[in-house]
Amino acid sequence: MKQTKTKDHASLAEAFIKDEERVDWHDGALWFIRQKRDIASKQIPEWEQLREAASTIKSNVISNLHDYLLQFEANLTRNGVTVHWAADADEHNAIVYSILKAKEITQMVKSKSMLTEECQLNEYLEERGIEVINSDLGEYIQQIDKEPPSHIVLPCIHKRKEEIGELFHEHLGTEKGMSDPTQLTRVARKHLRNVFLTRRGALTGVNFAVAETGEYVVCTNEGNADMGAHLSEVQIASMGLEKLIPQKKHLSIFLRLLARSATGQPITIYSSHYKKPRPGQEMHLILVDAGRTRQLGRVDFRDSLKCIKCGSCMNTCPVYRKSGGLSYHNTISGPIGAILAPNLDMKKHADLPYASTLCGSCSNVCPVKINIHGQLYKWRQEIVKEGYAANTKALGMKAMAWTLSSPGNFTSAGNAGRWFMHNIPFVVNNRFNPWYKQRDMPEGPKESFAAWYARNEKKE
Amino acid sequence: MTVALFIPCYVNQFYPNAAKASLQLLQKLGVNVVYPSKQTCCGQPMANSGFEHLSQGCNDLFIENFSGFDYIVAPSASCVLHIKDHLESHKNPAQAETIRTRIYELVEFLTDILKVDKLDAVFPHRVGLHHSCHGLRGLYLSQMSELNAAPFSKPQKLLNMVRGLEQVSLDRQDECCGFGGTFCVAEEAVSVKMGKDRVTDHTKHGAEYITSSDLSCLMHLEGILHRNKSAVKIMHIAEILNAEL
Repeated sequence: MKQTKTKDHASLAEAFIKDEERVDWHDGALWFIRQKRDIASKQIPEWEQLREAASTIKSNVISNLHDYLLQFEANLTRNGVTVHWAADADEHNAIVYSILKAKEITQMVKSKSMLTEECQLNEYLEERGIEVINSDLGEYIQQIDKEPPSHIVLPCIHKRKEEIGELFHEHLGTEKGMSDPTQLTRVARKHLRNVFLTRRGALTGVNFAVAETGEYVVCTNEGNADMGAHLSEVQIASMGLEKLIPQKKHLSIFLRLLARSATGQPITIYSSHYKKPRPGQEMHLILVDAGRTRQLGRVDFRDSLKCIKCGSCMNTCPVYRKSGGLSYHNTISGPIGAILAPNLDMKKHADLPYASTLCGSCSNVCPVKINIHGQLYKWRQEIVKEGYAANTKALGMKAMAWTLSSPGNFTSAGNAGRWFMHNIPFVVNNRFNPWYKQRDMPEGPKESFAAWYARNEKKE
Repeated sequence: MTVALFIPCYVNQFYPNAAKASLQLLQKLGVNVVYPSKQTCCGQPMANSGFEHLSQGCNDLFIENFSGFDYIVAPSASCVLHIKDHLESHKNPAQAETIRTRIYELVEFLTDILKVDKLDAVFPHRVGLHHSCHGLRGLYLSQMSELNAAPFSKPQKLLNMVRGLEQVSLDRQDECCGFGGTFCVAEEAVSVKMGKDRVTDHTKHGAEYITSSDLSCLMHLEGILHRNKSAVKIMHIAEILNAEL
C-alpha cells in the first residue's frame, strides 16, 4: 500500500490541499453528487418518513441482533448455504482461504466489499498464492494502483481520468494519452470478461441480509457481482453482523433510500437476490464481527452500526471534499469512518473525530438518521478520557478552563484582553500560530463591551 | 420582561459593536436588558475539543450569572447551542434546566418571542447571509438544504425588513465556513480552504457585506478577506438590524 499510516488527518489533508486546482475539482465532483442526491430525495414526498422508518428498523435489528442472526443462520442452512462465523479479520481471511484451498482454487474474482478491504483479504490470499481480481471498476483501478479505496461507493473518485488513462496504459497496454472514460471502461470490461469466464471462485459483499428468508441482496451498477457469482463453482459472501434486516418487505424501504442517497439514482442498476446454490455449486456465507459487537456495547456509539454504507455523509462533508478520502488513513473514510474507526483502534484513529467542524450536514443526509456529528463530539470526550489527546493540548485546555471559569481569574490574568491575546488561538499574532498563516487576526477595538457597558449603561 | 444579555467572551473582546447593537436593538423593541457583569464563557472551547469534564467551572459560573431572568439572549448561535445542549450542574440541576430552556439566540428571540414584523432599519448594501451551522442545524434558524421539508429562514425574514438591503443568492446556501472552534488551527489547511471557498461564493455574487448570527464564522472569514486585501466586509446581523441612516 502506498499510503502512509503514520501521518494524521491534518497533515495528510494539508498535502492534498497543496494542489488547489485538484481540490476544487474533487470538491466539485462530490458536490455534484450531493446535488443529485438532493434532487432525487426531493422527488419523493415521503422521503423523511422513509428515513425514519429505516432508522427504526435498524434500531430494532441492532437491539435484537442475537435472535435475527440465529434466524438468518437457520434459514441459510435450510437453503443449502454453508454458514461460517468469524470473530475478527484473521478468522475471516482463514475461512475464505480454507474454502478455496479445499477446491484447489488459485484465482478468485471479488466484487466490491469494504469488509474485505477492512480485513485486507487480498493481501492475505496473495501471500498464500491466490490471485484476487477486484471486479468493481473503481476498486479494480485502485487495485492496479496498489492504493486503498478513497470512498466506499466511489473508490477512485480522487483520480482524474487522465491518471486512470495512464494507469491503463501501464497495466493494460492502452494507447498512451487515451483518457476517454467510455473507451477506458470498454477496455476494462473486455479484460474483466475473461476474468469472469475463468474464475472458479467468486466473493461478493452483502448490502442487505434478510433474516426471515435467509437470502441476501447485493447492489451494483455494473452487474459485476452477478457475473462473478453466476459463473463460479464456489460463491462466497462476506458480511458484517449488522447488515441484517428482519423481513423481505423491509427491502422496499432500504432499496429506495440506498441509491438515492449514494448517487442520486432511483435504484442501483442491479439489486441481486441470492438465496440458494445452483446444482453443483457451493455457497458460503461468512458472518464477521471484527469489533462490531464491541461497538454494540458502547451505548453512545452503537447507532453507528445502522449504517448502510451509502457514502452520502462523505459527499456532503466539506472536510472530506477538501481533504480527500485517503487522508482519513482508514478503509471507511469521511464522517462515518471517523465514528467507526476509533472503535477498532482508538489510539491510531484519535485524530479522526477531530477531522470535522461538527457542522451536522452528515447527520441530515444519513438515510438511517445516525447522529454522526453528535457521535463525533462524544468520541472526542472519550479520546481525551482515555488519554489519547496530546499532553500540550490537555495542559492548555486546563489553563483555559481555569481562567474562564472565574471572573476573578479572568481579570487577574493581567486583564482579560491581554489574556485573550495570549491564549485564544486565532489572535496569537506570531508566525508559529497556524491561524496567522493564511488569515489575519481580528483588529482589537479600543475597549471591550464589558468596559463600555460599565461606563455607559450600568444602572443599579 | 427582563432579558439577560449574554455576550460571549470573544465577542466582548473583539466585536463590542455587535454587542452594543444587540443591546440597543432589544432596548428599541421595549425590552428591559440586564448585562450580568461577571460572565465569561459558555465552555464550548473546552467541550468541543473533548474536555467537557473541564467545563464544569464555566457551567457553574454561567448558572450564577444567568439564573432568575425571563430570558437569556446572546448574539451567537454557537454559544447558545452549546448552553442548550450541554449546560449541566450537579449542584443546581433545576436551574441549569431552566436556563437551557430560556436561552435564545438573538434572531430567534426577535422572530419567535418578540414576534417582530417590522424594523426601523436602513442598510443600502448588497449582503450575503452566511448560515452558521450551529444556528442552522442546531437551533433550526432556517430550513436545512439536506432535508425534504418546507423552506423558511428566520434571519432572512428579518433582513427582508431592512430598507435598502439587497440579499445576494449563493451557489451553496448553507455550506460550512470551516471555522469549527479549535478545528481552525488543528486542521488549518482544510479550515482555510473551506473559508476561502465560502468567501468566493459571496464575492462572486457581488456581496459587499457578509453577515451571520455567529461572529466566530465571520471572524474566520474576515481573517481571510483581510489577508487577501478584499474590500468585502463582515458584519454581525445585529448591527444590520440596528442600522440607521
